[in-house]
Amino acid sequence: MIPVLTATKRRPDGAALIIAAGLAALGAVLVREYAVIPDKGGYAGIGSGTLPCFIGFGLFALAAGHVWTAFRTEAEPIARPHLGPVLWVAGGLALQILLLRLAGFSLASGLLFALTAAGFGKRKLWVTVPFGVGLALVIYGVFDRLLNLKLPAGLLETLIFGG
Amino acid sequence: MTTFDFLLQGLAVASDPMILLYALIGVTLGTAVGVLPGIGPALTVALLLPVTYGLDPAGSLIMFAGIYYGGMYGGSTTSILLNTPGESASIVTALEGNKMARAGRGGPALATAAIGSFVAGLLATLALAFLAPYVVKLALVFGPREYFALMMLAFVTVSAAFGDSAMKGLTSLFIGLALALVGIDQLTGQARLSFGLPELLDGVEVTTLAVALFAIGEALFAASQGNRAGDSITAIKGSVWMTKADWARSWKPWLRGTAIGFPIGAMPAGGAEIGTLLSYAAEKRLTRHPEEFGHGAIEGVAGPEAANNASAAGTLVPLLTLGLPTSATAAILLAGFQQFGLQPGPLLFATSPQLVWGLIASLLIANVMLLVLNLPLIRLWVSLLMIPRPWLYAGILLFATLGTIGMNPSPVELSMLLVFGLLGFLMRLYGYPIAPAVVGLILGPMAEQQLRRALAISQGDWSTLVSTPVAAAILSAATLALVVPWIMRIRGKGAVLAQLASDED
Repeated sequence: MIPVLTATKRRPDGAALIIAAGLAALGAVLVREYAVIPDKGGYAGIGSGTLPCFIGFGLFALAAGHVWTAFRTEAEPIARPHLGPVLWVAGGLALQILLLRLAGFSLASGLLFALTAAGFGKRKLWVTVPFGVGLALVIYGVFDRLLNLKLPAGLLETLIFGG
Repeated sequence: MTTFDFLLQGLAVASDPMILLYALIGVTLGTAVGVLPGIGPALTVALLLPVTYGLDPAGSLIMFAGIYYGGMYGGSTTSILLNTPGESASIVTALEGNKMARAGRGGPALATAAIGSFVAGLLATLALAFLAPYVVKLALVFGPREYFALMMLAFVTVSAAFGDSAMKGLTSLFIGLALALVGIDQLTGQARLSFGLPELLDGVEVTTLAVALFAIGEALFAASQGNRAGDSITAIKGSVWMTKADWARSWKPWLRGTAIGFPIGAMPAGGAEIGTLLSYAAEKRLTRHPEEFGHGAIEGVAGPEAANNASAAGTLVPLLTLGLPTSATAAILLAGFQQFGLQPGPLLFATSPQLVWGLIASLLIANVMLLVLNLPLIRLWVSLLMIPRPWLYAGILLFATLGTIGMNPSPVELSMLLVFGLLGFLMRLYGYPIAPAVVGLILGPMAEQQLRRALAISQGDWSTLVSTPVAAAILSAATLALVVPWIMRIRGKGAVLAQLASDED
């Protein structure tokens, strides 16, 4: 079993402050874009860089709002997350990105299927991996061959469906 | 030609066998995703967008609209039998519907929901058909500043006017607006926020963001909550047919629900949830059986279900006539139109009347299909709920990535899917709404274009934005929609805080 991490009881304002920092950072990126873009306003008086600037300041305002509420109100109770299952699912997605070009659609997606099922408590990988790969092969057949969607082919697809 | 002639023409288009097949696929898929918890119509259309790239535009759009309608029907099934709403617009249905199911009256509850959805869908689609030409005429006098004002109103109502926190809604909206800036500026060709990555020049795809936030975020969140206990399906006992008394108590709430839901969907006033809440409140006040409310009153199922289908049709009014999406699903539908090079709006009624009227007419047909699918076949849909959660979510993720891989299998695009998925997980965890981000992403560039156009016409004079009565009125409405709920929340804060405190134990 993966040890289940339970969120420790937060200080009332911690999460909101972290979110505020993230929003301010995003705002700073946008405002910096305004400084970088050579801006000729033209007839309108505002150009490509103006809207990023506006939205950047909007994000600053929201960050300030988060700081304000962080100090004024109690933190809302959140549904405590178990991080182990989240890591299984996110790991499956990351693995799919890494393997897609190398191993082809079916193997990469089959592993995603199995790791997601594992995240939801179905840990029998020797059952879920073959099932997932099989399902992905069927999907590959239907979408790539019948509906002309271009899916990355690997060794397995070439062997079964031809080149 | 009158609306009636157009509608007859549309019916001729819609009764083409291929189009009927598309509609049937749409409503079947829609019902299935409505029944399954965790996936909704917005996500399903987003998943199907890349898949339908090579298919017939009219057929695909009809299929998408069928999914939207079907999702509204199917959501009620989960609410009533599982007490877990399949989509947000069915939350109210769960209040009375699940009580009815536990009291052994699940059959009539499902029946009144399905027939109510049918009545409301039919009436509201007809209202859409007769209202649309007038809105189109109105839209012809709209210039950039009026469109900009309308979009501001849509932004405010989607993000700030409803829900428990204006700040959270606005935060979600601004994240969407910030993402909308990535890529090439449509007016000048200037690259923005691309950080030297050529993959980012195309911007963030609406489908990628929607799939990531809705499907992957939801799957991560569901995984993090572990295995919930107590989700038991209440079996349908006895007949699914309603008694005479049930009919007598249902027909008025159906009509009232339609009358409440349609205008709320048609105005840029957020999703279908508001209409269902208002309808529930109205039925509770008007009922002759107030003692049954809270213990399974049939009016409390009939009214909100009618309201939620009527507002789905209502949402199509601003979408088709103005090109203005007012809900997440409508935003994805707009992306569907754009994928086929079509821009909804007054021009579409002039250039492709067959497509628009075929779409509207096929919605009438879809309603009939849905009634057939949902009443006699209800037990089949219930069996969908038996799929174990690991298999269900694994399948959802497989399909979620399929769309993006088919569209653009670059590592950058897939990494965006993962990053936005984690973002969606965090947003869900901390109670930030998802829909404003999606609406911001798709409406943001349109609003920017209209703003810069309006300012270019006036040579940089900002007062142009309020210089016509229409634009000024819409902008004031947007301001009111932002300020009034804010003041209401400040006033009611003491009570809300007290409630929060008592919930913590």
